[in-house]
Amino acid sequence: MPITLVKEKYQSKVGQVIIGATPDQGGTRTKVIVAGGDSALPFLHFEGKVENRPVIAMEVTDIIPPWNDVIKEQFGDVLDNPIAWAKKCVEEYNADMIYLKLIGANPDGENRSPEDCARIVKEVLGAVGVPLVVVGCEDSDKDNEVMAAVAEAAAGENLLIGLAEQDNYKSITAAAMVHKHNVIARSPLDINICKQLNILISEMGLPLNRIVIDPMIGGLGYGIEYAYSIMERARLGALANDKMLSMPMICTVGYEANRAKEANALAEEFPGWGELQDRSILWETLTATALLQVGASILLMRNPAAVRLVQQNIADLMEANA
Amino acid sequence: MGLTGLEIYKQLPKKNCGECGTPTCLAFAMALAAGKGALETCPYVTDEARENLASASAPPIKAIKFGNESVLGDETVLFRHDKTFYHPTTLLIKVSDKLTDSEIEAKVQEIEGLEFDRVGLHYSIDGIAVVNESSDQDRFSQVVEKVASATSRSLMVLSENPDALKAAVPGIASRKPLIGPATFENYEAVVNFAKEQKVPVILKADGLDALNELVESAQKLGYKEFVLDPGSRSTSQTLANLTHLRRLAIKKKYRPFGYPVIAFTGKNEPLDEIAEASVYVAKYASAIVLKTSIKAHILPLMALRQNLYTDPQKPIQVEPTLHVIGDVNENSPVYVTTNFSLTYYSVEGEVESSKIPSYILPIDTDGTSVLTAYAAGKFEPEKIADALAASGVAEKVNHRNLIIPGAVAVISGKLQEKSSWKVVVGPRESSGIISFVRTMQG
Ligand code: B12
Ligand code: SF4
Repeated sequence: MPITLVKEKYQSKVGQVIIGATPDQGGTRTKVIVAGGDSALPFLHFEGKVENRPVIAMEVTDIIPPWNDVIKEQFGDVLDNPIAWAKKCVEEYNADMIYLKLIGANPDGENRSPEDCARIVKEVLGAVGVPLVVVGCEDSDKDNEVMAAVAEAAAGENLLIGLAEQDNYKSITAAAMVHKHNVIARSPLDINICKQLNILISEMGLPLNRIVIDPMIGGLGYGIEYAYSIMERARLGALANDKMLSMPMICTVGYEANRAKEANALAEEFPGWGELQDRSILWETLTATALLQVGASILLMRNPAAVRLVQQNIADLMEANA
Repeated sequence: MGLTGLEIYKQLPKKNCGECGTPTCLAFAMALAAGKGALETCPYVTDEARENLASASAPPIKAIKFGNESVLGDETVLFRHDKTFYHPTTLLIKVSDKLTDSEIEAKVQEIEGLEFDRVGLHYSIDGIAVVNESSDQDRFSQVVEKVASATSRSLMVLSENPDALKAAVPGIASRKPLIGPATFENYEAVVNFAKEQKVPVILKADGLDALNELVESAQKLGYKEFVLDPGSRSTSQTLANLTHLRRLAIKKKYRPFGYPVIAFTGKNEPLDEIAEASVYVAKYASAIVLKTSIKAHILPLMALRQNLYTDPQKPIQVEPTLHVIGDVNENSPVYVTTNFSLTYYSVEGEVESSKIPSYILPIDTDGTSVLTAYAAGKFEPEKIADALAASGVAEKVNHRNLIIPGAVAVISGKLQEKSSWKVVVGPRESSGIISFVRTMQG
C-alpha cells in the first residue's frame, strides 16, 4: 500500500527580486537575475515550486585583495584590475553576477573618491553583461557618499546595492529609490531586527520586492549554526506569509568562510588538518551548501574552485524529486 | 514522548482499588503522565497494556546503537531551532574488499588518522564500512577480519549475499557491527541472522513505498533493530527521501519509519562527494558512508556536523578561570577574552603559536563572543576588573599590562581606571596576535 507522504502546503512564498535590466528595460545587461519566489522549503520540489535556482555572485574588489594563495593563484594576473577580474569570473567561472566591493574608498586606505568609485562601477558594467551587486568600504559615512554616486552613475541598471543597516539605512534607501536599484538590508542574525529594518526601509517607500535580506552569516566552524537557524526560521516565516521576512536572502559566504583559520593555515602549521588546498576550497563550499539548505538565494563567493563545486551542488539539487 | 493522562488511563484495569497508592486509576494515570510514579506499582496492568504504553511512549525515532558507542536516531525535531539535534551524523568510510591487502592497509591507516583538534574540540571519524564488491565470500570475510583487527572504531559489514554475511559477521559479532543490507530478495535470511547475532541491520529498498513494505515484513520476524536505506543515490532524491522519512516519523509518528536513516554518497569525485554529504548532514541522515578519507576533505564535513548538532540553547563554553599557556613566568603577557569556546580557542591558538608563555583570562559572558557580549552588557569594565582581581594573576606577574580585544577598544579608558592595570588594545582579529605581541615585547 502506498504511504501518504507529508507534503506541506504553505500560505505564501518567498518574495521575488529582479536584479539587472536589459536594454529594453532601461539598462545594459545581457541578462537579469530573479532571486527568490520559492513556495517550498529549499529544493523540496515535491511540495512546491522552486521558482528560481540560487545564484552565485563572485567577489571582485577595487584593490588587490589580501586573500590566500589558494584563491589568488587561480585568478592569475587580473587581481589588480577589476574589469579583467570581473570578465574572468563571468567568462571562465560562469558567475551569475559580480559582487563588486569598493574597498578602495576606505578613508584609512586608498580613500578613493565617490566619483572614482562610480567610474569603476561603470567600467565593470561595460565589461560584463551580468547584473551587479555593489557595496562600499565598511565605513558607513563614506559609504553613504560612495553609494549615492554609484547609484546615480548606474541609474537604470537595477543594481543590488548595500548596505542598509538599522542605524544607517536612509541615505542608501533614498539612493536606491531615486535611481531605481535594489537594497541589501543587513541585520545581525536577529529576526526582529531584520523585520524592523525591512519595515523602516519600506516605510521610506521602497517596495518590498526591492529588498534582499543579509542575515550576517557566520562561516563554517565559526558560528554558521546561528545563521543556519535564523535563516531557516526566516524561510519558514516567509512561507507562513510574514511579509517582512519574505525577501530572498543573500550570504557573504566567501568573506566569512575565508576568515577562518582552517581556510588559510598551511599543512606545515597544522599537520592534523591536512593539506590547505582542498581544505580551503571545501571551507567555502560547505559554508555555501549548508546555507543553501536553509534558503540562501544569492551566494557571494570568492574561490573559483568552490564556486564550481557549489554550482554543481545547486544543479544536482535542482533536479526534480518526489 | 509524553502520553496524555487519558491515553494512559485507557490502558489501565479501571478497578480503582487504590493499591498503586493513588485512590483511582485516573489519578494514577495523571500521575504517570506527569512523570511521577511507575507503571509497575499497579499489580493488575496486563502485558498487552504494558507493551502498548511502552511503544506509544517510545521516541519517534528509535535509537540504534552499534559498534564503538555509535548511536543513530533518537531525534525529536525537524528543525534544530525547535529544540536541538541530539546524535551527530555517524560518518563511516567505505573500504571495498576489491582492494588489495596493501591498499586496504593504507586506506585503514589513513582512516585511523582522521582525528582532528580545532577550537578546543576533538573530532574523530566514527567507523569503517566494509563492502563486499568482490563477489568472493572468502575474500570478504578475510577483509572484514583484517579491518576489524586494525581498528577499534565502529564497523559496518555490507553484502547482499546472506552467506557472505554469515561467514564474515560471527567473528566480530562482539563488536556489534551494523550489517546489511536486507532487501526484498534476502531479508528473511539477513534479518533472522542479525537477530541471532544481536546486531542491527540495514533495510534497503528502492523508494519509500517499497521500503515501507520491507519494514513491515521485516518487523514480522520479531526484530526491530533497523536502520533504513531508501535506496536513492542522487543528491536531490536523497534529500527528499530523508525529509519524508523524518517528517513521517516526527509529525505522524509513523512507526515503520521510526528508525534512523543511512545515506550513501553517489558522487565519486571527492570534493563533490563532500558537498553532497553536507546536504545529508544538514538534512536528517543518521549515518553517511563516504568514499574519500583524506583529512582535508573530512575536517570541513566534521566541522559542519559539530556546528549543526550543538544545542542552540547552550553555546559551548570554557571555564572562566585563569588559563595558563606554556611555561609562564613573571613577565608573561596577560590577555583577556570571553568564555565562548570559539572566541577563547581562537585566541588560545594564536597565543600558543606565538611561543610566548602567557595567561589568558576568559570572562564569563554566558558563552558569547566579544562583541555580542559587549553589546549585551556582559563584557563591562567593572566586571572585567573584578574578574582580573579575583583571578590572582596580579601575584603571578610583575607587570600590569592587560591586553584586550581590539573590537572593544572603547572600554580601555574605563577599564584602566577600574582595574588600575595599563590596558593595551590588541588587534581586532586573533590572527593579529602573534605579530602584535612580538612587537610589543620589542
Ligand atoms: C553569532 C552572533 C550572535 C549570536 C551569539 C553567538 C555567541 N555565542 O556569541 C546571537 C545570535 C545569539 C547574537 C546575539 C546578539 N548579538 Co550578535 N553577533 C553574532 C555575530 C554574527 C558573530 C559573533 C561571533 O561568533 N564571532 C566569532 C568570534 C570568535 O569572534 P570574537 O568573539 O569577536 O573573537 C574574535 C576577535 O574579537 C578576537 N579576539 C577575541 N578575544 C580576544 C582577545 C584579545 C586579547 C585579542 C587581541 C583578540 C581577541 O579573536 C576572535 C577571532 O578573530 C556578530 C557579527 C559578526 N559577524 O561578527 C554579531 C554581533 C557581535 N552581535 C551584535 C549584537 C548587537 C547582538 C545583540 C545584542 C542583538 C542582536 N543582534 O540580537 C544580541 C545579544 C544577545 C545576548 N543578550 O546575549 C553586534 C554587536 C554590535 C557592537 N559593535 O556592539 C554584532 C557585531 C553584529 C552587528 N554588526 O551589529 N549574536
Ligand atoms: S492499582 Fe491499578 S487498578 Fe488499582 S487503582 Fe491503581 S491503577 Fe487502578
